[in-house]
Amino acid sequence: MNDFIIDAIQKGILETLQMTFFASLFSYIVGLPLGVLLYATSKGRLLENRAVNFVVGLIVNIMRSLPFLILLVLLIPFTRLVVGTSIGTKATIVPLTVGAIPIVARMVESSLCEVQPGIIEAAKSMGASPLYTIIHFIIPEAVPSLLQGAAINIATVLGYSAMAGVIGGGGLGAIALQYGYYRYQKDVLWTTVALLVAMVMVIQEVGTILAKAKRKV
Amino acid sequence: MTKIYELKNVSKTYRNDGKEFEALKNISLDVEEGEIFGIIGMSGAGKSTLVRTLNRLEDVTSGTVKFYDKDLAELSPGELRLVRHSISMIFQSFNLLNQRTVLSNVEQPLRIAGVPGRKRRETAMEMLKIVGLEEKWNVFPARLSGGQKQRVAIARALAANPNVLLCDEATSALDPKITGEILELLKKINVERNLTIIIITHEMSVVEKICDKVAIIDNGELAEVGGVKEVFSNPKSAAAKKLVFPSNPFAPSSEGGKLIRIVFDGTKSSEPFIANLVEKTGKKVNILSANTRSVGGIGYGQMILELPNDIRDQEIVIDFFEASGLSVSEVDINE
Repeated sequence: MNDFIIDAIQKGILETLQMTFFASLFSYIVGLPLGVLLYATSKGRLLENRAVNFVVGLIVNIMRSLPFLILLVLLIPFTRLVVGTSIGTKATIVPLTVGAIPIVARMVESSLCEVQPGIIEAAKSMGASPLYTIIHFIIPEAVPSLLQGAAINIATVLGYSAMAGVIGGGGLGAIALQYGYYRYQKDVLWTTVALLVAMVMVIQEVGTILAKAKRKV
Repeated sequence: MTKIYELKNVSKTYRNDGKEFEALKNISLDVEEGEIFGIIGMSGAGKSTLVRTLNRLEDVTSGTVKFYDKDLAELSPGELRLVRHSISMIFQSFNLLNQRTVLSNVEQPLRIAGVPGRKRRETAMEMLKIVGLEEKWNVFPARLSGGQKQRVAIARALAANPNVLLCDEATSALDPKITGEILELLKKINVERNLTIIIITHEMSVVEKICDKVAIIDNGELAEVGGVKEVFSNPKSAAAKKLVFPSNPFAPSSEGGKLIRIVFDGTKSSEPFIANLVEKTGKKVNILSANTRSVGGIGYGQMILELPNDIRDQEIVIDFFEASGLSVSEVDINE
């Protein structure tokens, strides 16, 4: 490998981390409330509302069932609208975020479902409102599980970010594609793959450690 | 005495997949301020549903639950939340927040009531002192034993200075020794703070130890209600008898034999009835089983006796006991 490629890989690592970080952040900003909404409006929960639950659930399911590669292409006009261009690292953050939102929402929902019903009953018996119960009882109790879920989500986003190379995104995925696949540079291909694997492992491990530290049970 | 709760014809029916289940049938009872009121029944009798109608965690299907003359069913969600500050509850599974410290757990009801931070911590510490756990304020619940967890739950329940404390099988997950300690604590709180306590349990010993009044729930119905002493010394309903008297495993040793149960309350437990019987009538009885229990410091006892075979003799013995003021009833095997 020559210096040029090593430079490119270094830049690629940075871009991948950027994409993963911002896409994860934005997807949680939207996905967390969405997951809470899915949880709270489902049957027998605090804010049971069949209509809201059905509509939100349907949108999430549709978004989730789209293959990410298709979503990338479908979202090109939207991406242009938001960031002004459809290629590059910044542009990739848009479809990554959109693609991760439904996954985050479902993950959050399932973490919240794990909270013991007794704790919710205790909150109710103390005169807590549904919103208070969610913010001060349910979410704090679910933190370890939410962290565990976050590790999985971030690793997924990282994997997706590699795919973005196909439509002109940056990052390690694009390098693997351009040098490794189109130019048959096997060493570049394997280096990027190894780097991606290492990054996923670090994310997963950090998530697990944080969740364990938080879990007081 | 002021009535804290007044229940009138309370019924609760669950509908599930088109099937109906009547958890509570037409229950009426009153609870007065300052008393420790026990609600006892077998599991599935409906007692947990009943206690949940008292803070409207369960809505009633028909009938009314009045708390200080206010019908809980008529309250708006906001009013109900306010009323719930005066009705605390503790649970079998403690239901503490695992991710928060003991102190922060106890602070919760105060936070909900909007008490400012410093006052909140002071009150919470005070409550922890009452239950004897002030040293554990900075510990997470996972590090506590079952009895300690229930103490924290009690501190939390007291924090909002409620009028009544509902205990839903609060000691059922604890061993007998710890159960005794928790009951003593509840009794102390009842006396010192004049706090009304309503205890749901399936254990006779809990009612015996601290309750003033008891309601027996059987199959969703109120089988019997009254002072613990009356109900325990003279249970009238089948459900009450089943709870108060241990089952009788004995059969008469011969065909003409007859078994009776004599029950004596505290005023009679010091007299030697059996010796008197033999001395005065010359008839002999065989004691098959006997036990006594202490209810609020007074001894209550019952005996299963086998009578002589001769019918005349049997009448003489029964007459003797009845004349001495004991309650006598015939028993069958496995009653």
